[in-house]
Amino acid sequence: MNLDVFFFYAFTSLALGGGLLAITRRSAVHAAIALMVSLLGVAGLYLLLQAEFLFVSQIIVYIGGILLLFLFVIMLVNLDAGKGLRQFHKNWPLGAAVTALAGIALAVLLSRAQLPPPQQMPATGNVELVADTLFQDYLVPFEVASLLLLVAVVGSVLLARKRA
Amino acid sequence: MISTMHYVAVSLAMLLIGTVGLLTRRNIVIILMSIELILNAVNINLVAFSKHHGNAAGQVFAIFVIAVAVAEAAVGLGILLALFRNRETVQVDEIDLLKW
Repeated sequence: MNLDVFFFYAFTSLALGGGLLAITRRSAVHAAIALMVSLLGVAGLYLLLQAEFLFVSQIIVYIGGILLLFLFVIMLVNLDAGKGLRQFHKNWPLGAAVTALAGIALAVLLSRAQLPPPQQMPATGNVELVADTLFQDYLVPFEVASLLLLVAVVGSVLLARKRA
Repeated sequence: MISTMHYVAVSLAMLLIGTVGLLTRRNIVIILMSIELILNAVNINLVAFSKHHGNAAGQVFAIFVIAVAVAEAAVGLGILLALFRNRETVQVDEIDLLKW
């Protein structure tokens, strides 16, 4: 068995299994841990796709940043009160049906897709390539993204602070 | 051999998992996690096609998606804290002040 194939299925099962666990667990902490497994699987898929920079930033930003934020909020908010309650909406079958419909439609579309022949990445390293594209072709969006992050930081502090 | 379509199929499955979580769960924290799953599905797609076309622009877009996801998580969790302080609940169907 090819090693590439093995790792693809290993990371895929991590990503999808973690995702399934994350949306079905009763305890929010367990869901956060399952989400971490899922994000690690996605990071592994990036590595298989030769996107090393994204692999590292996925681990640092998602697992080191976002997931920590989730865990902090779970600790701050008393979620145990909701543990004994119903975990799903009253009309959850409607949501599931809509999702299934969208899934079937997308799967049909995908099965008809005809991709152009694959091309080779340029031979330079991945980080160098991403940096060149980011700072030459997408410099303005990059600066706007920094502005967005600033607004998000100020906004979340404002939202979460205690009213005096 | 693993083709681009394999990655697109994984992305589709992850998108559907995220959508189901988003539409059926009552806990607001889990709903925010489902949104993260959806954004990750998009990222897999972007990176897979970036490799397929031999162009790094897709990976740059994935970086932007990660930045937006961070901003969304920070603001969303801030709103959640403010909401919990006011209403003492994190179940979305109990937050129905604006519902007719």
